[in-house]
Amino acid sequence: MYVAVKGGEAAILATHDLVAEARRGDPAVPEILVAQIREQQALACARVMNEGSLYDQDLAALALKQSQGDVIEAAFLMRAYRTTLPRFGSSEPLDTAAMAIRRRVSATYKDLPGGQVLGPTYDYTHRLFDFALMDEGSEAAPRKAPAPLDATMPRVPDILGAEGLMEAEEPPEGDPRPFDLTRDPVSFPADRDVRLQSMARGDEGFLLGLGYSVQRGFGGTHPFVGEVRVGEVAVEFVPEELGFAVDLGDITLTECQMVNQFQGSKEVPPQFTRGYGLVFGHSERKAMSMSLVDRALKARDFGEATNYPAQQDEFVLYHADNVEAAGFVEHLKLPHYVDFQGELELIRRIRKEREERLAQEQNAMPEAAE
Amino acid sequence: MTIHQMPADNTKPAYNYAYLDEQTKRMIRRALLKAVAVPGYQVPFGSREMPLARGWGTGGIQITAAIIGPADTLKVIDQGADDTTNAVSIRRFFERTADARTCEATDDATIIQTRHRIPEAPLKPGQVIVYQVPTPEPLRRLEPREAETRKMHAWAEYGLMQVKLYEDIARYGEITKTYDYPVMVNGRYVMAPSPIPKFDNPKMHMSPALQLFGAGREKRIYALPPYTSVRSLDFEDHPFRIQSWTQPCGLCGAGDSYLDEVVIDDQGGRMFVCSDSHYCETRRAEGHRGTMLGDAAASGLVEETTP
Amino acid sequence: MPTETMIAPGFSDPVFQSQAAFRALLAALSEPGTLQQVAGEIAPPEGLATATATALLTLADYETPVWLPEALRNGPAGAWLRFHCAAALVDDPAEAAFAVIDGAADEPRLSAFNLGTDQFPDRSTTVIVQVAGLEGGPAITFSGPGIPGTRTITSQGLRARFIDELHENNAIYPLGVDVLLAHGEGLIGLPRSTQIEEVR
Repeated sequence: MYVAVKGGEAAILATHDLVAEARRGDPAVPEILVAQIREQQALACARVMNEGSLYDQDLAALALKQSQGDVIEAAFLMRAYRTTLPRFGSSEPLDTAAMAIRRRVSATYKDLPGGQVLGPTYDYTHRLFDFALMDEGSEAAPRKAPAPLDATMPRVPDILGAEGLMEAEEPPEGDPRPFDLTRDPVSFPADRDVRLQSMARGDEGFLLGLGYSVQRGFGGTHPFVGEVRVGEVAVEFVPEELGFAVDLGDITLTECQMVNQFQGSKEVPPQFTRGYGLVFGHSERKAMSMSLVDRALKARDFGEATNYPAQQDEFVLYHADNVEAAGFVEHLKLPHYVDFQGELELIRRIRKEREERLAQEQNAMPEAAE
Repeated sequence: MTIHQMPADNTKPAYNYAYLDEQTKRMIRRALLKAVAVPGYQVPFGSREMPLARGWGTGGIQITAAIIGPADTLKVIDQGADDTTNAVSIRRFFERTADARTCEATDDATIIQTRHRIPEAPLKPGQVIVYQVPTPEPLRRLEPREAETRKMHAWAEYGLMQVKLYEDIARYGEITKTYDYPVMVNGRYVMAPSPIPKFDNPKMHMSPALQLFGAGREKRIYALPPYTSVRSLDFEDHPFRIQSWTQPCGLCGAGDSYLDEVVIDDQGGRMFVCSDSHYCETRRAEGHRGTMLGDAAASGLVEETTP
Repeated sequence: MPTETMIAPGFSDPVFQSQAAFRALLAALSEPGTLQQVAGEIAPPEGLATATATALLTLADYETPVWLPEALRNGPAGAWLRFHCAAALVDDPAEAAFAVIDGAADEPRLSAFNLGTDQFPDRSTTVIVQVAGLEGGPAITFSGPGIPGTRTITSQGLRARFIDELHENNAIYPLGVDVLLAHGEGLIGLPRSTQIEEVR
């Protein structure tokens, strides 16, 4: 008898080997170490931690190594691992006012308590290649700060808030535990905890584009960077059986608070409103984009029109997730020949019927005079 | 040995039976029970991030993982075939994580996970078919906002769908939807049958098998209990009809199956073969021969085995 | 520890016992009126049938508030549920994801539980009704999804009004509670989609 020739499984296994070979590249070049990625590609690791929703620098570095530097694939690895981890509970709210600052800039005040701290930033590098990096052995000289930073650095929105000019951040009634979109399905309209969570793990490029669209007029906000701060914050956890907070360690965070105008309403005098972004690691672009879109998504709360994509929660939340988006876009590679056959059958039949109809009409028509 | 049974001193991290943790399985199981209680209604569920990509069957995989047990035999198909790469990959996933017994014979399976087809062999009482669903919302193309489609389902306002189908008729003389053809379930909910060809729609109606639908990325589960009314939407003057071919399967001669088209040369040569690979193979084993079996052997599609 | 405060054990093999029990529950609710059996592998706390206790172990957890009659809530059954499922026991029937009621008791009515909403009918309560028997009682014939033609059950010990309540529950479809009749190791599902055809 005749049987179908099958090779699916062998072909799949072969792809795994080929990927491993491609990942390693030229074996004459030394293999990259996870620690090297963690230490020397920290901004890429931060992006993987954000979009993978898991703060673990070693795993982020491993994910980047395993994915050949494909950030979305790396975030996918992080998430697929994260989903299997047991949960012990939720940490105490983080206090970013108590952040050990590495960088802090405000665009709204020339000077303020704690001052402007430029810290490590590409902002003022001229984008000229440093060809010295082509060679190994480049050693950065450790810099010592000329003077220790101020111990307290109030957050700019808090300064405005003390004057009553800033929209207050009130927890929702009863201060419920925040929604967890990795455990429960989202419904719309989505509350702010859901929106912020979704954006924190959302694609940096997507949020950047949306934030930019707001600036260009597709969403009517007029943002100022109240403050961007980068540094280390302690994570504390209260175990049920102890009843007091235990310090779990520090994580690096970037926080951005945008200050926007608001005309006020009958009940509320004119005041500034807030766009908020908080992300893992040093990720200013992401935090800023997030805070632009956060403010845009508040449009409904302030009775503003919601005509543009950045103001529409369902649009932003469903499309910000790059792991989901990548999966669905890339699934188009899968066989679809059953459905395509249906389309072929239809289009051939409609064309055939059309030709027959036209031929009939042609025959029915009297001969045209020549 | 399943992964969860690995000895405790094994240093690799161990996964639970069928990959999902028990809390997640409970959540999915609760959603499934509500889904069978309200046939055709899309139950939102806390779809987990899976080690396979979204859009590649994560909804179906989560359902299968939540229902499978040691007594089950699993068949996985994609485009009707057991050997398509994604079917192979998903079958491997359950062999690895749930020590699953797998099969290709539709008759032997207790659970059939499928993408885009319903097998040709009639399903039986006690069987469960799990569909992978990319877009669970049948109204999505008409109204992309879920906030709106949810209301349309709540109030059974399906006029927009009727209008869309009628526009097709006005323009092309027929409804041009060839797959994922919308159905009315139990006279109440319009449901997306997943991208199965409309050829398969009649198989859903009053099927003795339990039909479960999982959309992982869209986080929805829905179901058809056995013996549930499933009517393909149509009009009195334009009744629903399924695809037909002018020739039978080139390999087994079947004239009642859904056919895939194979391009055999660059001279316009075509061969049509059963999309349900197991159905075709069973027929050939029974001695049925299509007219193009020889050509297929010549082009490496099938090989002759000595009995 | 005094015996009355001892909590009876739950599943000895949670992964496979809950899987098997779930398949029985799935069959019960997808084929209404069929008698399904759970394995008698657990010793249920006082006041809960084996089938009831098995269903709750399989389905309930900290995400699902459970309603029990007061006597059960304050007795070993309540302690058992809190311990094994970490489930919150609620006073208001309308807050419950799962509920256990005595089929012969007058209250609460099915309509007192969460009936779901137009947009989210899945948020309704699943009510486990403990009855005196699943066979040998008066015949009730049903139709609906999951039933080829009609199917008849003969359970015992349901309150007189219960038939009317099932009628009312089906009349508000797709809203409504989903009912599981439980006795011993047996279960019969009567989801909201099931219609009463005849009562004898």
